[in-house]
Amino acid sequence: MLGMLLRRMVESLIVLFAVAFIAFSLFSFIGDPVNNMLGQEATEAERLDMRERLGLNDSVIVQFTRFIGRAVQGEFGVSYRQSRPVIDLIAESLPATLELSFFAMVLAVGLGIPIGIQTAINRDSLVSKALMTGSLIGISLPTFLAGILLIMIFSVKLGWLPSFGRGQVVQLGWWGTGLRTWSGIKALILPTITLAIFQMTLIVRLVRSEMLEVLQADFIKFARARGLRERLVQFGYALPNTLVPVITIVGLQLGSVIAFAIVTETVFQWPGMGLLFIQSVTFADVPVMAAYLILIALIFVVINLLVDMLYYVIDPRLRSMGGL
Amino acid sequence: MMQEAAAHKTASEAAPLLDVRDMTVQFFSRHGTLTALDNVSFAIRPGEVLGIVGESGAGKSLTGASIVGLLPDSGRVTAGEIRLGEQRIDNLDRTRMRRIRGREIGLIFQDPQTSLNPLLTVGKQLVQTITSHLDMSAAAARQRGIELLRDVGIPAPERRIDSYPHQFSGGMRQRVVIALALCADPRLVIADEPTTALDVSIQAQVLALLQDLVRKRGLAIMLITHDMGVIAEVADRIAVMYAGRIVEIGPVRQVIDSPSHPYTAGLMSAIPKLGDRARRLVQIDGNMPRLDAVPSGCAFNPRCPRVMDICRVERPQLRPARAGHAACHLYPALPQAET
Ligand SMILES: Nc1ncnc2c1ncn2[C@@H]1O[C@H](COP(=O)(O)OP(=O)(O)O)[C@@H](O)[C@H]1O
Ligand SMILES: [Mg+2]
Repeated sequence: MLGMLLRRMVESLIVLFAVAFIAFSLFSFIGDPVNNMLGQEATEAERLDMRERLGLNDSVIVQFTRFIGRAVQGEFGVSYRQSRPVIDLIAESLPATLELSFFAMVLAVGLGIPIGIQTAINRDSLVSKALMTGSLIGISLPTFLAGILLIMIFSVKLGWLPSFGRGQVVQLGWWGTGLRTWSGIKALILPTITLAIFQMTLIVRLVRSEMLEVLQADFIKFARARGLRERLVQFGYALPNTLVPVITIVGLQLGSVIAFAIVTETVFQWPGMGLLFIQSVTFADVPVMAAYLILIALIFVVINLLVDMLYYVIDPRLRSMGGL
Repeated sequence: MMQEAAAHKTASEAAPLLDVRDMTVQFFSRHGTLTALDNVSFAIRPGEVLGIVGESGAGKSLTGASIVGLLPDSGRVTAGEIRLGEQRIDNLDRTRMRRIRGREIGLIFQDPQTSLNPLLTVGKQLVQTITSHLDMSAAAARQRGIELLRDVGIPAPERRIDSYPHQFSGGMRQRVVIALALCADPRLVIADEPTTALDVSIQAQVLALLQDLVRKRGLAIMLITHDMGVIAEVADRIAVMYAGRIVEIGPVRQVIDSPSHPYTAGLMSAIPKLGDRARRLVQIDGNMPRLDAVPSGCAFNPRCPRVMDICRVERPQLRPARAGHAACHLYPALPQAET
């Protein structure tokens, strides 16, 4: 267990390094940082002075090491567009994205798993067939379209929920939460549903197909052959074995939900990291882009590690293999 | 030998424990109806081991599954009846059938590797099975579980009961499977290829355990296998299946020494030693027909070395033959037509 955890951590570090290098390369590939900071009208002397001060005359390795050193301390420089420290911008937008992603995932898992179970256990019932058709629509409906449809119905037609923004945000330390006010909670509903739809349909289909497969397994046949109650067979035997692989995939999906909240955040003008990233792309705001990339990679890597550990807790086969 | 004959005599006189009569099983699908088991009849008496042999696809597993009501959704017993003692069990509702499974009839499958829930300890699976049938506290059930593990030859059962399935070797795992099948003291165990997935050296041990259980508990066993060596070793009687039908049934020694049906004769022409994997039951040219293309008359007629005109037209019934009964036109109902 410890050995494999160590190996995973080393792998994670390698991934982070690779992403950091890509992020670092952005600085030299997209525009000229000196131009970006001083504007076109600066004199040659000012430029040279700036190059020196930014350390751009040092070797790539020295620059990269310095970049890493700063990144570790949370220093990503100053945004070209807003002239504010990147870390502040991230700190402002991260809670918005995390709250949105968290509730979207809770919704997707909370509905997706029971629906998946239902459609696997009562495969031929009318309800199951309707749910499967629904999930087909959900999986093929583009996220932005789902968002726009929801806005049309609930914001434009019915006027129940806001169509953009985060409502009133309350600061808890550096964390700005929308959960403490009604307007914040109301603003969260439509983006959460939009972001959850695709994940939920994915989970429904995943749970269903896994469970159908597990229900064919020999140990299910043997459980029935011993006269165990069908409830116990389904929920005590089939379900846990279904959830082992599902947990991995759902865990990994959480990473992509955070990363791909971009579309939803754009549709709803949700002030999260996705929106921040999109805006920084349009302005070639390299420091923000670089920080975003590294942060997303970090989130992915941490989630991966947690999922691996969870897997160990759940599956006794892995547990004792590690114990050898 | 004499003891064996005596045992067999008492067994054949007792009332049958399981009596299957003219059982027909069909599968229904959009493409039509398949008859997978056709008029299958046999009986098993208390303490008796009935071996069921036949090539893969002959319907052996299906016979076991039909008896305990575990056919796939698309399959049904469409004719005949199954009796367990005095009780008819082919028309029970789900709950009553569930109480029969495990309580009256235990089942063992081929692969101990995949027969156990990998996420639960052996003890947990034992306790769940015991309390499903017997009115017992969890603590008492656990104690019973330990006894069962001891009975099937697991060393240090009070420690091993808390192990997970993957912590047992293949042979030990099959012993755990047998213990699980015995949780509620069934009178009959249907063992579907219980040794096929095991190493040769382990096979003999598991068979010895089954024989031991027959002797000590008076258990009856329906032993499904395609290994003639296994049958010769442990069975009292043998039923030979072909294309969903029983083609011969009788006392094991007689059937092996002087088979009546040409198919049986083909199977016996080379009995492999116990556990000899290389020599399976395919000594006869050709293949068993698919269920949707069973020839008219005797299903074996295209492969039969002694085929006659009548074999292609009329389906033979099980009739007394040299030893036991055979479904073959070589043995007509009339006594003068002895071969
Ligand atoms: N669900 C099913 N639908 C249709 N045919 C089936 C089904 N299950 C089994 N069969 C058929 O029943 C026949 C007997 O199968 P089985 O009892 O498993 O054979 P075996 O003697 O090898 O144990 C096979 O020909 C198989 O194709
Ligand atoms: Mg079989």
